[in-house]
Amino acid sequence: MSSIPADAVLILAESADGALAPSAAGLIAAAAGIGTPVAVVVAQPGEGAALAAAAGALGAAHVLVAETAAVGTTLTAPLTDALAAAVALVRPAAILVPNSVEGRDAAARLAARIGAALAVDAVGIARDDEGVVSRHSVYGGAYDVVAAATFGAPVITVRQGAIDARAAAVEPVVETLEVEASTTPAATIESFEPAVAATDRPDLRGAKRVVSGGRGLGSAEQFVLVEQFADALGAAVGASRAAVDAGYIPQAHQVGQTGVSVSPQLYVALGISGAIQHRAGMQTAKTIVAINTDPEAPIFQIADFGVVGDVFAVVPQAIAAIEAKKSGS
Amino acid sequence: MKILVLVKEVPDTYGDRVLDPETGLADRGASERVLDEIGERAIEAAVVLKEADPDAEVVLLSMGPESAQTGLRKGLAMGADRAVHVLDDELRGADLTLTAQTLAAAIRAEGVDLVIAGGLSTDGVGGVIPAMVAEHLGVAHLTALGSIERDGGTIAGLRGTDRGTARVSAALPAVVSISEGMPEARFPNFKGIMAAKKKPLETRTLADLGVTASLDTPRSILVSVATKPPRTAGTIIVDEGDAGEQLAAFLLANKLV
Repeated sequence: MSSIPADAVLILAESADGALAPSAAGLIAAAAGIGTPVAVVVAQPGEGAALAAAAGALGAAHVLVAETAAVGTTLTAPLTDALAAAVALVRPAAILVPNSVEGRDAAARLAARIGAALAVDAVGIARDDEGVVSRHSVYGGAYDVVAAATFGAPVITVRQGAIDARAAAVEPVVETLEVEASTTPAATIESFEPAVAATDRPDLRGAKRVVSGGRGLGSAEQFVLVEQFADALGAAVGASRAAVDAGYIPQAHQVGQTGVSVSPQLYVALGISGAIQHRAGMQTAKTIVAINTDPEAPIFQIADFGVVGDVFAVVPQAIAAIEAKKSGS
Repeated sequence: MKILVLVKEVPDTYGDRVLDPETGLADRGASERVLDEIGERAIEAAVVLKEADPDAEVVLLSMGPESAQTGLRKGLAMGADRAVHVLDDELRGADLTLTAQTLAAAIRAEGVDLVIAGGLSTDGVGGVIPAMVAEHLGVAHLTALGSIERDGGTIAGLRGTDRGTARVSAALPAVVSISEGMPEARFPNFKGIMAAKKKPLETRTLADLGVTASLDTPRSILVSVATKPPRTAGTIIVDEGDAGEQLAAFLLANKLV
């Protein structure tokens, strides 16, 4: 198709209930950094136009819309089929997909189906003399690795919240994507229960500031201190695995090797000893603050500012001082 | 019913993990190698299904160096019946494409009803192998399950995503991956450990499976590897009554409020 840009970079713009997922903005910006972003939107009938406009506002020059009721009833296949059709149509330099539960399944299926190289959990996308390369933060941020495909367009899953760049809004060219449904069996979505309504606190993924609590908070009731400090700083709320296992807070807040990896400007660890598995999820933070009663806690080895003391004494005093400064200025 | 569990040996996350600066591959000598915890939970899920269906057979499948057999023996001690180890020098540094091709070929050779895998390994954290394998096998996938129920020829479970929880189901054969919502693995008991020594552990090469590590297929390769300088400790103070104020001053001075 003549209107398709020659330097197209395909991105999967995930959506739900008629709204684009937070991952879309970063993916479109990453694509804009190496070519012309072409967004694929797969949505319920009637939702496509608004989603396409939203993708344009985030910088997608071109939007391919596939509307199908199957997105609500069939697992992954509508996404894979749409991406495969878009790749055939666009012949992109790369295909960027969010590293979400849905996104990574679609990327996996697509790469296996079209025989493309697959790179996972990228934190940056660039172009060198030989093509598109992806940057990965490996082993909990201990290594920076750059990967590339031997040839062909790579499929790359991108860590949610890792791309800070944003592209300028454009008036997108929107067209309907003709999709042929594959015959491969797919799982059925029988029912869906939305997560409890989010608070107005920032999402953990991609948050600029994170306040996390650990076992040192002592109980679910006392964990509210973490939330109070987070609110004073405009931060997201995180937790160590120990706090999650103790039932202080749901697993979705877990930071670390087996939870969310965060890379905020500020990470505050309250009552967290800093086991290596926790550090793997937060040690790339720009500034780390730790408060712990145990002076030997490993978290102090990586803290920019550490307080050996009781969180229940130190944090309320810090909140009061910050509030006083805010109201005074 | 034949259940196959994908398991993987990983560097222990309780220690420092090292990449070889020349090859970018894991330095296997630098850290202790253990069975990935989520893979152990996958074995547990399979053994639980077998307990409800005594005719079921649980086969473990792993791809990796010689040392992977230690983990496979542990899985046999937990209650799996057999293990298959794909061992081939050509697989050194295998990318996801070759890994998925190889695992799918080994699964096809076994002819199974259900494949169970961990959702995210602690080393690669890609989470893509289950769906890739399902695509190669031409079967459905149900990923990130926090619970598994089998009802005859149907497998179902609760799948947690960023947005909420879905109940999903598929007819067998299918590939399932699990999340940390699934129960922790049992400890092998003495009887299990003794029995595991007599259980079959077979080795396969790429030639056995009819897979070639062909350069005609696009592969993902490492272009460069760099070590991040380790973080160093900054200012550490002991609270003498004003640490909260000092902390607030630090945050304000660094424009972090």
